[in-house]
Amino acid sequence: MARSTTAPESPPRQRADRSAVETVGASGLTRDDRLQIYYYMRLTRSLEERLVNLYRQTKVVGGLFRSLGQEADAVGSAYALDRTKGDILSPLIRNLGSMLVQGAKPNEIIKQYMAKGDSPTRGRELNIHYGDLVRGFIGQISHLGDMVPVMAGVTLSFKMRGEKRVGMVYVGDGATSTGAFHEGINFAAVQKCPLVVIVENNGYAYSTPLSKQTAAKNLVDKAIGYGVYGDSADGNDVIATYEVTKRAVDRARAGEGVTLIELVTYRRKGHAEHDNQSYVPEGEIDRWAATNDPIDRYLKALADEGVSSEEIAAIDARVISEIDGATDEAEASPMPEPNDSLVGVYADPPTTPELWFRKGIRSAVEKHERPQGWGTHDG
Amino acid sequence: MAEITYLEAIREALFEEMERDQNVFCLGEDIGAYGGAFKVTEGLQAKFGESRVIDTPISEAAIIGAGAGAAHMGMRPVCEMQFIDFISTGYDMLTNYVATARYRAMLPCPMVVRGPSGGYVRGGPFHSQNPEAAFLHTPGLKIVYPATASDAKGLLKSAIRDEDCVLFFEHKYLYRRIKEEMPSGDVVTPIGKARVAREGKDVSIITYAATVWKSLEAAEQVEKEDGLSVEVLDLRSLLPMDDEAIIATVKKTNRVLIVHEDTRTGGIAGELTARITENAFEWLDAPILRVTAADVPLPYSPPLEDYVLPQTADIVSAIRRLAAY
Repeated sequence: MARSTTAPESPPRQRADRSAVETVGASGLTRDDRLQIYYYMRLTRSLEERLVNLYRQTKVVGGLFRSLGQEADAVGSAYALDRTKGDILSPLIRNLGSMLVQGAKPNEIIKQYMAKGDSPTRGRELNIHYGDLVRGFIGQISHLGDMVPVMAGVTLSFKMRGEKRVGMVYVGDGATSTGAFHEGINFAAVQKCPLVVIVENNGYAYSTPLSKQTAAKNLVDKAIGYGVYGDSADGNDVIATYEVTKRAVDRARAGEGVTLIELVTYRRKGHAEHDNQSYVPEGEIDRWAATNDPIDRYLKALADEGVSSEEIAAIDARVISEIDGATDEAEASPMPEPNDSLVGVYADPPTTPELWFRKGIRSAVEKHERPQGWGTHDG
Repeated sequence: MAEITYLEAIREALFEEMERDQNVFCLGEDIGAYGGAFKVTEGLQAKFGESRVIDTPISEAAIIGAGAGAAHMGMRPVCEMQFIDFISTGYDMLTNYVATARYRAMLPCPMVVRGPSGGYVRGGPFHSQNPEAAFLHTPGLKIVYPATASDAKGLLKSAIRDEDCVLFFEHKYLYRRIKEEMPSGDVVTPIGKARVAREGKDVSIITYAATVWKSLEAAEQVEKEDGLSVEVLDLRSLLPMDDEAIIATVKKTNRVLIVHEDTRTGGIAGELTARITENAFEWLDAPILRVTAADVPLPYSPPLEDYVLPQTADIVSAIRRLAAY
C-alpha cells in the first residue's frame, strides 16, 4: 500500500475524464482504461520475449535488456500522465512499458535493437534509447541519474511558460547514489518544478544489492531531505502504482512541486541478457515469479471484476499480431548507409567532413574490413 | 559612443539578447541579486526578474543538465560557471548528454555555458584554468574564447543564437583591463572565423584569448628591435577552427609560432600543428614552435605563476629563433 512520508493528506481523487460513466473502483480508472493497462503490460512482456528470440538468432546487434516482473510499475506510473496535455517522461532501461504507454511502437523498438537505418535513431543508439518530444518521451543516456537534471530543466520550462504540463523521470535504486540524481532533484525541489521522480527499487543495480547501494532503510526516505513529497507503493500492483503516481502528477500540475515515489518491485532477469545472475540467492527469483508476478496478479484482479478470459485472449492475440507485423517490418528494413554516420552532429555544419582516406571508398563495410564478430551485419 | 570594457561588453550582449528573445534566460550561482562573482550579470535580475535570472544551488551538473532540458523545449539558456574551473563537475553532462543530443536523439540543445577563465591573476590552481582542450575532443560542442571586447559581445550573441551548445570562455584578466568602442547596431561575430589581429610577413603567431595581447606586445618589440614583421592570428573560435585562415597565414609567412596559456601536452597547439603539417607541410620553412604554460597545475604565488605562464619575453625569443632558422 502507498504510504506518505513528507506528504500531507492525499488530495481527493479525481475521476479520470476518459469515460467517466464506466468508473469502477477507487482508482478512477474506467473498465476500458484497465483493459488498456493490461494491453500495455502484455505488450511489454511479449515484445521483450520476441526480442529474446531475435537476440538468440543473433539479429539483435547489441545487448538485450528485460523488464520481466517490472511491467506493472512501468505501465501503471506512465498511465498516470495525461497524453492530451503534453506531459513528458524520461524512461530508464526497464521502462519499455512506460514508453509504449506514451506511444512508442513495437516496430521502432525492434528496429532499434536490430540497428536498422530507419530506426528512430537511424542506427546511432541502442535498444530503447530514443525519444519523441511530440509523443512525450525523451531519450535516456547510459549515465545513470543524468536524466534527473535534464527533466528538471524540461519541467522548469513548463513552469516558466505557465504551461500545465508535468514531467516524470525514472531512476533505479542504483541511480539514487549518483551525484546527478542529487543535484537534479534538489534543483527541481528549489524551483518547485512540476516533476515526478519515480525510483524503481528492483533490488539490484547490475549485481549490486540495495544493501550495498545505500544505508537508507527506504529510498522514499530521501524525499524528506530534499523537502519534497514522498510516497511509495507496491510496484507489482499496477493499480496501486497508478494511484500513487496520479496523486503526484495532480500535485505537480497544481503547482505543488516535486514528488519522489519509491515503487518496490523485483528484477527477475539479469542486468542484460548475458548476465547469469550468479549473485542472486537461490530461490529468490522463483519465489517472485511464482507468487508476485505483476501480470498474474493483475489478471486475477481483472477476473474478480468480471473481465472474461475471452476478452483477455483477444488482447493477447492482438498483441502477438502487432508484434508479428513489427518483426516482419523490422527484419525487412535496411541497415543504415555508412556515411549517414557523419550527419547531424551539429545543425551547422549539418555534415561532418569525410576523412580523406574514406573518399572514393564507400566504406570499410563494403570492403569487409570490419573485425570479425563485430555485429551481425555482413554488408 | 563611449568605450566599454570586455566585461561590460559581455553584460551588454546578455541584456540585448534577453530583450530580443523571451526564451533567453540565465542560470547560475549568485548571478541574481548579487550580480555574479565578477558582476557580469549585475542588473540583469532587476531588469528581467527572478524567473529569467535564476540563482541556483551549487550544482554545475544540474545547471548544465537543466539548461539542456530547457533547451530541448525551445528555451535558450545561458549557464554561468562561477569560475570556469568548475565546469569539470559538469563534464559528464556536457560531453555525454549535451554534446550527443542532436546526433543520437535528434534533440536540439541550443545553450551557452560561459564563465571566467584563465590566469595571470594569482588565482591559484582552481581559479585560473583554461579547460578548452578538455572539450576540444568532444564532437557536438562548439568553443569560443574571445580576446577583444567587441568579439566578446559579438561572439556571445552568436553563441546564444546558435542551434547547438557553445562553451563561451571569458578571460578574467581581460575583464576590466581592455576597453573598446562597440560597433553600433546588432553586430554578431560569426563562430568559426579567426581574425587577423596584426598583419605581418616574416612569422605567424597563432593564438587566442589573453595571449593575443602578449603576442601583439612581442610583435611590436621585435619590429622595433629586429625589424621583423609578425602576423598575429586570433583564432576566436577553437571548435570549429578556421582552417582556411590558419593555412592562409602559414602560406604567407612560412614560419609558425603557436602561443597558448593552457598547458603544453595535449593542448590546442598540438592539434594546430597536425592540421598545418597535413595541409601546408610544403610551405613551412621552419619547425612549428610552441610557447605554452608548463605542464604543472597553475601555482598561486606571483614568481611561480609568472614562471609557468607564457610571457611576452618568451614569445619574443621564440620569434627570434624562428626567424633565424
